[in-house]
Amino acid sequence: MSGPAEYIFFAAAAMTVGAAILVAILPNILYAAVALLFSFAGVAGLYVLLSADFLAATQILVYVGGIIVLLLFAVFLSNRISDTKITNPTHFRLPAATICLVLFGVLSYAAVSTPYAVKKGVYLPTAADIGELLMTRYLLPFEVASVLLLAALIGAALLSRPDRPAPEKGDMEEGKR
Amino acid sequence: MIRYAYIIPLLPLASFFINIAVGKRLPRKGDWLCLATILAGLVMSVGIFLEVFQAYDPNFKYHVVTPWLTVADRFTINAGILVDNLTAVMLLVVTGVSTLVHLFSIGYMHGDPRYSRYFAYLSIFSFSMLGLVLSESFFFIFIFWELVGLSSYLLIGFWFEKKSASDAGKKAFITTHIGDVGFLIGNMIIFVTCGVFGFDEVFQAIGQGKLSGTLLTIAGIGVFCGAIGKSAQFPLHVWLPDAMEGPTPVSALIHAATMVAAGVYLVGRVYPMFTPDAFLFIAYIGFITLFIAATIALTQNDIKKVLAYSTVSQLGYMIMGLGVGGYTAGLAHLATHAAFKACLFLGSGSVIHALHTQDLREMGGLRKKMPITFVTFLIATLAIAGVPGFSGFFSKDMILAAALEFGMRNPAHYVLFFGALFTAGMTAFYMFRLVIMAFLGEPKDHHKFDHAHESPPNMWVPLVVLAIFSFSFWFKSPFVEKGWVQTLITKPATVADVVKAPVATASMEHAAVMTGEATHAAAPAEGGGHGAVPAAHGEKAGAPAHAGAGEHDAHLAHMAHSYAMYSSVAVGTLGIFLGFVVYFFGWIDPARVANSVKPLYNFLLNKWYFDELYDATVINGSIAFSKFLAWFDLHVVDGLVNLAAQLGIFVSFLVGKFDDYVVDGAVNGLASATTGSGSLLRRMQTGKLYHYVFVLAGGALVIFLIKAF
Amino acid sequence: MTLDKLLVIAAALFCCGLYTVMTRRNAVAVLMGVELILNATNINFVAFSFFLNRMMGGQIFAVFVIVLAAAEAAVALAIFLRMFSTTGTVEVDAADELKG
Repeated sequence: MSGPAEYIFFAAAAMTVGAAILVAILPNILYAAVALLFSFAGVAGLYVLLSADFLAATQILVYVGGIIVLLLFAVFLSNRISDTKITNPTHFRLPAATICLVLFGVLSYAAVSTPYAVKKGVYLPTAADIGELLMTRYLLPFEVASVLLLAALIGAALLSRPDRPAPEKGDMEEGKR
Repeated sequence: MIRYAYIIPLLPLASFFINIAVGKRLPRKGDWLCLATILAGLVMSVGIFLEVFQAYDPNFKYHVVTPWLTVADRFTINAGILVDNLTAVMLLVVTGVSTLVHLFSIGYMHGDPRYSRYFAYLSIFSFSMLGLVLSESFFFIFIFWELVGLSSYLLIGFWFEKKSASDAGKKAFITTHIGDVGFLIGNMIIFVTCGVFGFDEVFQAIGQGKLSGTLLTIAGIGVFCGAIGKSAQFPLHVWLPDAMEGPTPVSALIHAATMVAAGVYLVGRVYPMFTPDAFLFIAYIGFITLFIAATIALTQNDIKKVLAYSTVSQLGYMIMGLGVGGYTAGLAHLATHAAFKACLFLGSGSVIHALHTQDLREMGGLRKKMPITFVTFLIATLAIAGVPGFSGFFSKDMILAAALEFGMRNPAHYVLFFGALFTAGMTAFYMFRLVIMAFLGEPKDHHKFDHAHESPPNMWVPLVVLAIFSFSFWFKSPFVEKGWVQTLITKPATVADVVKAPVATASMEHAAVMTGEATHAAAPAEGGGHGAVPAAHGEKAGAPAHAGAGEHDAHLAHMAHSYAMYSSVAVGTLGIFLGFVVYFFGWIDPARVANSVKPLYNFLLNKWYFDELYDATVINGSIAFSKFLAWFDLHVVDGLVNLAAQLGIFVSFLVGKFDDYVVDGAVNGLASATTGSGSLLRRMQTGKLYHYVFVLAGGALVIFLIKAF
Repeated sequence: MTLDKLLVIAAALFCCGLYTVMTRRNAVAVLMGVELILNATNINFVAFSFFLNRMMGGQIFAVFVIVLAAAEAAVALAIFLRMFSTTGTVEVDAADELKG
């Protein structure tokens, strides 16, 4: 691979990593969320370059369109509206940075030094294959995932309900009747 | 009927269990139950006897076995019953005497506080004895043998409140068990060598030579040791006179018909396995017994003691008769003796019941007060004295004839005949002394005499029945040469030393030719004599070489029989005459005679000092040994024990310290270490998410680093 | 574009996520870090799938990871709201009920 695709790759990679670094260090949580949006978009770009068109679309739809919105909701709902300065306080920056850098070094070293038996990548549309596989070979995980989503939905709804007042006698009598 | 023979002993067993459990609550305390079971046994025995009698076959045998105990493929012990002519007769004797004793006991034991238990004991005794008679193997005969020993212990010591009675029970039990050890050893030898227990199988194995020579002799003598104990033979005869402490019907049952007969029966049952040496041993044991017992009986003043010693003496006759080859004679005497001696015992019981004394010197003149008892007692006395026409004459005569025949063959052993003959005279003397002192003459104790009365019918009926059986025509009609006893109970072929038989026959001829010459050659010859007798009988027709010997044998037997008969009649008459002279007419004063031979008299009065001898040797010996053991125990063993204890205390002290400081320290240390580390570790559980993440990431990093480098 | 470059990018993404999780005190920001870590793994899955065995397995796995991330975000939002209404804040320091 060379030429424009290579540039696009570097651009996507730079956007991903750069945005991720911003997420890590930006003090304002709203800015961090926006940076995260860019990072996810970069990941989606990488997916496209890795012949994962369906996954790239899903990444945009679910992450950028769903999760980021959820996170923004969370930010807004969990902070007082009047609190104009939405801060993102941090701690332990130095030891965390040390650990993360060393870990990054180790992981990079491992990735670079390991001799993978790399094959030539091919570009094919994958949406049909994934759909077929999800309906055949991965049917069970697919169904389990659907059940998990349902459970998460119900759980989230249950958790976010306002507190119900303690049941009173009248309720019980009503139930009896 | 014979197929149901096994039921006979089971009936008394059942009544034993019922009576011992609920006897007191039964009507009449359950005596009728015991009587009914033993009576049923008697009826069945009569049926079996008639069946056997109809067959009239000397070799009749009904033998069934079933495997009882199988030890893998090592060996099998069979349970079964064996009924032959001897068994049939014994069944009749045992159940007959036992029934009469039961009947007699109803009167005699009336009002006893342990009435129902007494009958339960009688039942278990009957069970053991009948089982013994029906046994078909050494194993089962030993079991029943011991059961007889146990039940006789219970019966002899029945009045255990009396110290003498409980002592007598213990003495009987222990003394007979000395013999039983020999029996056990004999059984062990037999089982180890032959590997089987059944009589027939053992005899077969001995015939095949699996057990022979000295070992066979030892086995035979070992088995005979059981008989020595149970049949009260010298030197274990001391228990029987003491056993008179039991109730008198028990004396009649145990000492007349059954328990003491068990030894004789055993010798008869295992007759084929004895070697000539064993036979000689048996004969001399019997001879010593009969002589010693008779001499002691001369001087006793207790009516039951006299009868006891006469029993011992008669048992000696039986054993000697078996030992000298008079198989039929010994067992016939067993049967006849059972009848007349039971009659004598029950008669004495009747007298004791009337007078409440056992001392002959306080009796006299009872003829008028107790006519039935007197007549029956007299008949039985005539029988034991060997007067012609009574059963005792018939059987004792056969024994004497056998002894004489034996003496003729082996002149070295003539003493057996002459001693036995002399003792026959003594028997007649002391028995008539008893009769005269008790029933004739004038009453010596008028107070007791006035209270005396004839016993109730349930006591004199057994006497009459037994007296009737004391006549000889039951056993042999005077008009025939051989009675049914001689025909049916014939000597079994010996299996011991069959190899030697031809040699023995030859030497017997040799000895017969040289009759009257006591040479050393006669010693092996007498051994051969026994083996030869069946051989000679069997080969009478087949082997012409031995025909002469057989003829000679028959002639010898006939001659011996005539001599023995005449001499025994003469000696018996002499004994009776002397008895009358001394005790009735008073021509000779017994006290003066006693004074003139004072040491001898005292010697006899004290029963040859056997008890004192045993006291001095065995009992004091064991006491001294026990004392030594006690001393050893006290000083050596206890010293060791105390030392060990001290050591133990010391070690315990150390261990205790160790426990306190080391073990407890470790435990407490562990506990506080746990607590300390727990409180230390709980600080790590901060609840702060990022702490965990730090640890997680740091840990992952460390692992990566370790793996990488 | 080679495999090791992609792995290095994924590692960088992972470390950024980890750093976020470790340093942020706001729970929503921590959740953002978690999402970054999940994306890093997804890149790894897809890259291996593309370069090594050319099967769809990696991509399918990535799909499931996305599904789980969505569910997680939904539940997490509910928990944050609950926590905020209870304690008045969403700082992770406040959630130390499990302290030993």
